[in-house]
Amino acid sequence: MRRSRYLLSAGLAIIVAGLAQSAMAADEIKIGEINSYSLLPAFTEPYRKGWQLAVEEINAAGGVNGKKLVVVSKDDGGKPADAQTAANELVSSENVVMLTGTFLSNIGLAVSDFANQKKVFFLAAEPLTDAITWAKGNRYTFRLRPSNYMQAAMLVEQAAKLPAKRWATIAPNYEYGQSAVAIFKKLMSEKRPDIQWVDEQWPPQGKIDAGPVVQAVAAANPEAILNVTFGADLVKLVREGNTRGLFKDRAVVSFLTGEPEYLDPLKEETPEGWIVTGYPWYSIKTPEHDAFLKAYQAKYNDYPRLGSIVGYQTIKSAAAILAKAKSDDPEKLIAAAEGLSVPSPFGEIVFRKIDHQSTLGAYIGKTALKDGKGIMVDTAYKKGSDYLPSDDEVAKLRPKE
Amino acid sequence: MAFYFVQFLTGLASAASLFLVASGLSIIFGVTRIVNFAHGAFYMLGAYIAFTLTEQFSGAIGFWGGIVFAALIVAALGVLVEMVLLRRIYHAPELFQLLATFGLTLMVEDLVVLIWGPSDLLGRRAPGFWGAVDFFGQNVPTYDLFLIVLGPLVLGILWLLFQRTRWGVLVRAATQDRDMVAALGVNQKWLFTSVFAVGVFLAALGGALQIPRDAVHHAMDLRIIVDVFVVIVIGGLGSIIGAFVAAVLVSELNAFGILVFPKISIILVFLVMAAVLIIRPWGLFGKQEAPARRTPGLTVNPWRPLMLNERLGAMAALVLAAALPLIGGNYALAVGSEIAIFVIFAASLHFMMSVGGLASFGHAAYFGLGAYGVAFLAKMAGLPMIVSLLLGPLLGLLGAGVFGFFSVQLSGVYFAMLTLAFAQIVWSVAFQWVAVTGGDNGILGVWPEQWAASPSHFYWLSIGAAALAVVALRITVFSPFGFALRATRDSPLRGEAIGIDGKRIQWTAFVIAGTVAGVAGALFAYLKGSIFPDSLGISLSVDALVMVLLGGVETVSGVVVGAIVYKMLSIWLVSQTDLSKLVLGGFIVLIVVVLPKGIAGILETIGNRRRPEAPALLASQIDTAE
Amino acid sequence: MSIAQTLLSVEGLSKSYGGVHAVRGVSFALKAGEILALIGPNGAGKSTCFDMLNGQIVPDSGRINLLGQDTAGKKPRAIWRLGVGRTFQITATFPTMTVRENVQVALVSYGRQLFNLWSSTPKFAQAEAGRLLELVGMSGYADRPCGELAYGDLKRLELAIALANQPKLLLMDEPTAGMAPRERIELMHLTVQIARAQSIGVLFTEHDMDVVFEHADRILVLDRGTLIAEGLPEEVRRNPQVRAVYLGEGLVYDARYREGALA
Repeated sequence: MRRSRYLLSAGLAIIVAGLAQSAMAADEIKIGEINSYSLLPAFTEPYRKGWQLAVEEINAAGGVNGKKLVVVSKDDGGKPADAQTAANELVSSENVVMLTGTFLSNIGLAVSDFANQKKVFFLAAEPLTDAITWAKGNRYTFRLRPSNYMQAAMLVEQAAKLPAKRWATIAPNYEYGQSAVAIFKKLMSEKRPDIQWVDEQWPPQGKIDAGPVVQAVAAANPEAILNVTFGADLVKLVREGNTRGLFKDRAVVSFLTGEPEYLDPLKEETPEGWIVTGYPWYSIKTPEHDAFLKAYQAKYNDYPRLGSIVGYQTIKSAAAILAKAKSDDPEKLIAAAEGLSVPSPFGEIVFRKIDHQSTLGAYIGKTALKDGKGIMVDTAYKKGSDYLPSDDEVAKLRPKE
Repeated sequence: MAFYFVQFLTGLASAASLFLVASGLSIIFGVTRIVNFAHGAFYMLGAYIAFTLTEQFSGAIGFWGGIVFAALIVAALGVLVEMVLLRRIYHAPELFQLLATFGLTLMVEDLVVLIWGPSDLLGRRAPGFWGAVDFFGQNVPTYDLFLIVLGPLVLGILWLLFQRTRWGVLVRAATQDRDMVAALGVNQKWLFTSVFAVGVFLAALGGALQIPRDAVHHAMDLRIIVDVFVVIVIGGLGSIIGAFVAAVLVSELNAFGILVFPKISIILVFLVMAAVLIIRPWGLFGKQEAPARRTPGLTVNPWRPLMLNERLGAMAALVLAAALPLIGGNYALAVGSEIAIFVIFAASLHFMMSVGGLASFGHAAYFGLGAYGVAFLAKMAGLPMIVSLLLGPLLGLLGAGVFGFFSVQLSGVYFAMLTLAFAQIVWSVAFQWVAVTGGDNGILGVWPEQWAASPSHFYWLSIGAAALAVVALRITVFSPFGFALRATRDSPLRGEAIGIDGKRIQWTAFVIAGTVAGVAGALFAYLKGSIFPDSLGISLSVDALVMVLLGGVETVSGVVVGAIVYKMLSIWLVSQTDLSKLVLGGFIVLIVVVLPKGIAGILETIGNRRRPEAPALLASQIDTAE
Repeated sequence: MSIAQTLLSVEGLSKSYGGVHAVRGVSFALKAGEILALIGPNGAGKSTCFDMLNGQIVPDSGRINLLGQDTAGKKPRAIWRLGVGRTFQITATFPTMTVRENVQVALVSYGRQLFNLWSSTPKFAQAEAGRLLELVGMSGYADRPCGELAYGDLKRLELAIALANQPKLLLMDEPTAGMAPRERIELMHLTVQIARAQSIGVLFTEHDMDVVFEHADRILVLDRGTLIAEGLPEEVRRNPQVRAVYLGEGLVYDARYREGALA
C-alpha cells in the first residue's frame, strides 16, 4: 500500500549500485573472468588455482607491457543469464579489456554472443561445444580447450582400430551428449563402414538411473561401448557396470574420463582398459610441464587437474595476446590473437586464424588401477592441430561475417 | 524374459530409497502441512555424514553403524531446525514454511562444499554386498536385493508404528484433522517435533543408503527433491502406502521407459504425474483434503485502492527511477532493466498466488515460453522487435491456457505440483529437443533493434513495461473480475452460491498471469540477447515464489518490493562471493523469522498500527470451515 | 395463499449412497411468500435433501421444478441465476473484504460483470449494496472488515448477500445455528419480515423447534429419508408418528419454555 515508499527506496538503491563504479588505476591492466564457481566447484576450484598461479608468474616477471595484470573474477552460478549480467558488470563497471573463462557450453555461448554484440574480446576457456567456434562462431570469440570434435576425432582414431563391430552409446540427453555421439558416429562410420550401432541410451543429465541403463545396454550385447557421461553420472554408471559385469570383455571408449576431475572420484572402482581422453599429470615428462607441475605443487601442495592447466593457460594466453596487441582495442586484440603462438605446459599452441580455435591438444590413453586409484597408462599427447577438419570444411561451418 | 524380470528388480531397488525419502516427506506434510523443501538437503546430509563415518570406521559394524548413526545425527539436526526455526512460523501464511526450508536448502548446499570439499566423493560399498548374483545369465547386484527387501520392511515398520502405537494413532489423527488433536489436549509441539524427526531420519537414511551406489556431491538434494515431490503427489499426500506404490511406479517407469522411449524418459514421469492428477486429483491413495483453514487474523485490513497522495508518491518514485540513466552506467542500467523485468514476472505470480490463492510452482514455464516465443519470431520468422515483443507472450498465453485449464481443477499443494509437472515437461522439451530449441545451447542473437539497443532506452522500455504491468494488475485486482477471483479464493462455496464459476475465473486469472509472465520473458530475451532452457526451470519458479513471499503475500503491491530486494540482493551476492547461496539462504531464513508478513506486509502493519484493534477473531475462524 | 404462484415443486426425490437410502421419494411444493420448514432428527436426510435442491448433490431420481425449470443436477450457480438465495449452516462469506464489498461481489455477479477487468468494484452499485445492508440492519458496519464481525452479524451479512440477486426463493440451512437465543429470534423475525414484504418463499432446515414452530407456515418432517408428515405447525405437533420420532427430543412447543430461555 505504501508503494511510493517502496519505489522510492528501490530507485535510490539502483542509483547507489550505479554509482559504485570503480575507477581504474593507470598502471593496471584488467581481465574479466567468469566461471561456474558455486555450481561446479569440483572443476572450477583447480581451474581457479591454475589461473591464479599464472597471474602470479606474470606479475613476478614484470606484468604485461609493464603494467600489473589484475584478474577480476565473477561467479555465474551456472546460469547463462547470470553469466551475462556478470559479463556486463565486468565490461561496464570494472572496465576490463577482455573477458575470459566459462566452463559450460551454454554459458560459453551466452558470453560469446554478448561479446559479439558489445564488441568485446572473449577467450573461452573450457566450453566444449563446436558451435562456439563454428556454427555460432564470431570474430570476438576465441577458445582454448580442444573441442568436442577434436576429442571425438582423437578417440575415433583409437576406436577404429578395435575389432568391435557392434557398438552401443550412453550419453547424457542434452546438446553436449547428443553432439558428441553424433560426431563420434559420423567419424567412426567414415573409417569403419562395417560397424553397427545396436543401442543408444540417453539418461537425463545429472539424473541417470544407472541400473536400468546398464541392464539395457547389456541386453543389446554390444562388443564396444561409447560413453559420454561424466561426473556423478559416470560414478553411478561405473559402479553399476562393474557390479553387473557390463564392462567385462567389452571395449569402452569414453570422453574426458581420463581427466583427474572425473577419474579420481572413481577410486578403486576405476574400470581398466577404457580408451579415454584426459590429463595424466603424473606421467608427462616434458620440461614445460615439469616447470608447471613444480610451480603448482609448490604453491598449492596439491596436484593439478585438467582445469588447472586450462585456467593457467587461459591467463597465460590472454597475457600473450595483450602483450602483442599493446592496446585494449578489441580489434587490435583480435589481430594479435589470430595466428598467435604461445607456449603451454603441453607445448607450443596456436590460436588459429580461420576459426579462433587453439591447437591445445589432449592426452589419450587407457585407464588402469594403481594403488586403489585410477590412472591413465599408455598415454600419448595428441596435438589439436591434427584433429581438426580441413580449412575448406571449417570455412563452410563458420557463418560469413 | 529374464532380462525383463531383472529390469523389474532393478526398478524395485531404485524405488526403495525413493520410498524412504518420500515417506518421510509425506509424514511431515501430513501432520504439519509443511512442504519441506529442505528434505533433499537432509537426504544429502545423510549421505555426506554417512560417508565420513563409514570412512572412519571400517568393517560391517562400522559401515551399518555409520549408516544408522548418520541418519540419527541428521534427525537430531532436523529436531534443531524444527524447534529453532519452524516452530516460530507454523502460524505464518501457507507456504511461508516452504520459503524457510528453501532458504535452509540453499545454505546446506554451500555448507557441504565448505565442510567436505568440492569433489565428488565415492563412498564404500556395503560389506557383504559387493557383487552380483546370476539370474539366468543376468547379473543382479546383491545390494539391489538388499534394498528390495528393505523397502517393504520399512513400510511394514512404519505401518506397525502407525497402527500399534499411541504415537502412531496421534499422527494419523493429526493427518486427518490437525485441529482435533489440538483439541484433545495432546502436546502438539512435541508431536510435530517427533514427526519431523522421524521424517528427517527417513530422508537421511535414504541418503546414507545411497553411498554404495552413488557419488556423494553437493547437488544431490535437488536431484532427489523433485522426484520425491512427484512420488508423494502421485501416491497421495500423507499416505505411506501411496508413497510406496508411487515410488515403485516411478522407478519402474524409469526402468522400462528407457527401453521404449530412451530419449524422453525424464518427461515420462511428469506426464504420468500430470495424468494421475487429472484423473485422480488427490493422488492414487490420497483423500480429498479438507479445505485449507485460513489462519485467522492475518488479513484484517482489506485491500483498498491507492489514495491520491499515494498515487502521486508512486508517480514520483517512477520518475525518480526513470532518471537513473542520468547518473548510472551501463551496468546499473542493465541491472535496473533486469530488476524491472522481474518485477513484472513476480507481479504476475503474485496476481495468481495472492489474489487468486493459486500458488504455482511452475510459473517460470510461461516466462520461458514468452522468451522462446520472441526467439522463434525474431530469429526464425525474422519479425521486427516490436512485433515479436507483442506476439511472443502469446506463447505464454497459449501454454497458460492449456496447462491452466487442467491445473485449476485442483487446489493447494496438488495445484502447485501439477503446475510444477507442466513446467518440467516444457523445460524437458526445451532442454532435450535440440533441433528446434537448440537444447541446452539455447537460441542466440536475439538482440534489440537500434531504437531500443542503448542501455538507457532498454531500461526505459523495461521500467515502462513494469509500471504498466503493475498498474494494470492493480486495476484488475480492484475490478469486478479481481473481486470474483478473491471471492473464489476466500470461499469457493459462497462464490458458487452467488453464481461465480470459480474454475473459469481461476482459469482466466491463470491465463492473465501466464501472459504477463510471458511479457516479462519476452523482454528478458531481448535484454540478454539469448534464451536458454533454464528460463523455464524450477529455480526461476522458486525465485518468483520467494519474491512474492518476501514482499508479503497478503499485500496488493508488496511484490514490487520483494522482487526489487531479492533480485538486487542476488545479483549483488553472486557478483561479490562464491558463497552467495549461503548468504542468500541465511537472509531468507532471517526474513521468515523476523518478518513473517514479508517486507511490505510489515511496513503496512506499522502504517496501520494506529487503527483500533480488531474485536473478534472468532468469526473468521468459523467462517471458511466448510 | 392459494392464488400465490408455486415456486418450487419436488416430486419423488431420491438419493442413496451405497445401498443406503438417504432420501426416498420426497415430494412437496412451496409457494411464493411461504415459510416452509424442513425438520427431522439427525440423519433423517435433511442435508441431502437440501443439497439436492441447491445443486450440490445430483439426485438419483425425481424431479425438482424451480420457477418453472427442471433443476435436478444443475450446478448451484445455475440455480442461483434462477433467483434462489442461499445461506449456510456455518456462514460462508469473504473474510478478506469489507462488509460492503461482500455484498458488492454478489451484485457484480448478478449484474453479469464477473469478467469485467477494468471498472472499480468499490464504486460498483454502492447504492444497492447500501440498501441491502440497511435492510438487514448492517449499515453501520459497511466499511468494517468482514473478518472482524461477530457471528450474529455475519449471519445478517449472509442474508444481505443472499438477497442481492432479488431472489424469489431463499434456501436457508439451519439459519440460527450457533447463535445466542436473542439473536435467533431477531434474525428469524427479520427474515420473515423481508420474505413477507417481497413475497419471497423460504425453505429452511432447523434444529431449534422454537424457531420452527414460531416462524414456519408449514412444516415438513423427514425420517430415515422419507417424508412422514407435512402440514401446519399445529397438525405436525399433534401427529403421533412425528411425536414417536422425536420422542424425548422436546417437540413440545411451549411459550413459557421460550421465555425461560430468554431470561
